[in-house]
Amino acid sequence: MNELIKKATTLLESSAVQVVIGYGKGSASRTRAIFVTQPADCDKLIFDSRCVQNLAVYLTKAEIKKLGKPAIVAPIPVLRSILQLAAENQLKEDGLIVLGISPESELVEFESFAAIETFLASNKIEIEDKYKKKIEQIKAMPVSERFDFWVKELELCFKCYACRAACPLCYCTRCTVENNQPQWIPAASHTLGNLEWHVMRAMHLAGRCTDCEACYNACPMGIPIHLLTKSMLQDVEENFGTYGPSLNKQNTLSSFNPDDKESFIR
Amino acid sequence: MIMNEFEPKIVAFVCNWCTYAGADLTGTSRIKYAQNVKIIRFPCTGRIDFMLLLKAFGEGADGIIVSGCHPNDCHYTSGNFHARRRWIMFRGLLDLLGIDVRRIQYSWVSAAEGAKWADIVNTTVTAIRELGPYTDYAKVAGYLEKEAKV
Repeated sequence: MNELIKKATTLLESSAVQVVIGYGKGSASRTRAIFVTQPADCDKLIFDSRCVQNLAVYLTKAEIKKLGKPAIVAPIPVLRSILQLAAENQLKEDGLIVLGISPESELVEFESFAAIETFLASNKIEIEDKYKKKIEQIKAMPVSERFDFWVKELELCFKCYACRAACPLCYCTRCTVENNQPQWIPAASHTLGNLEWHVMRAMHLAGRCTDCEACYNACPMGIPIHLLTKSMLQDVEENFGTYGPSLNKQNTLSSFNPDDKESFIR
Repeated sequence: MIMNEFEPKIVAFVCNWCTYAGADLTGTSRIKYAQNVKIIRFPCTGRIDFMLLLKAFGEGADGIIVSGCHPNDCHYTSGNFHARRRWIMFRGLLDLLGIDVRRIQYSWVSAAEGAKWADIVNTTVTAIRELGPYTDYAKVAGYLEKEAKV
């Protein structure tokens, strides 16, 4: 990605930005997020198929904001998160420079958030068939068996909150799980509290999740929590039409339509 | 009196302006209905956090009723519209997680529908009685008690 390195160097040299958030070499064969502040360090930036972390998560962090105006390396999932954050008024249009990376690994620059939306219109979120099948498979189980399946998975959770830390849309500075007057969600990692935590996490992401799978990638126990948010995306589509980030529509749960249809309210 | 038949514990989350007044009317109209229900009054259905439903199951409820004003009747104009969306999403999530959605009855009961409230409670109690105690969730909720004993 010579183009990316060149662009990042120019941006830092001209002081257009103070930091470039990108991918760099991590331990072993892995990659990690790096924060480049010196033009000379720009050659540390890399981009390849291993770069799956969602960097948009850093845009709302106070520690990163302190570094100054950022430029961010943004493959498709990151672009989606940026658009959602913009739609939720968490980002200013002139507050960052987006170095988009197309599916063909080409550098794309954006004039505005609206340009990102136009670009993403041809890269809509699609839930992969293997996940659709898995969700169908779970839903086909009898209710007790389904519960047991999730209890077995959620028993593994030890509440490290990596899923929360990795998610660009979990940007609240004070999370419900840290509230202890009253203790809304038990702090210990027993299954009841784990279940409640994951229900809450999924509900708070309902209609906002951009399906980047950062939560699942971050989970040290490999709990398929992304199935919850994926299934909710399907529910949004089924009940309210469209999903996916947009500057022109409100989040599913912060808006309503008087004609919303359901079949279970008496 | 021998009490060995299963008596369902039902928690009802209701809005102050319609269903609570409706339930009040049931009483003042001298309509008798099942006594298994414990009513919790909220300002509005929009104020009923989805976590409260889980807390009710966690505390040993076998069934839940959530009820408020009919669409377009909300005291705060749109609380029940927001609530309806939340319930649609929440129901889908619970269903995926294997939490028995048949145990949660949603309804619209206005302040004039005392008879409807009695009917909702009675049919819910009958339905939950058929489903039996919510042992699935109790397995998980039991963790708290087990830990307290240790």
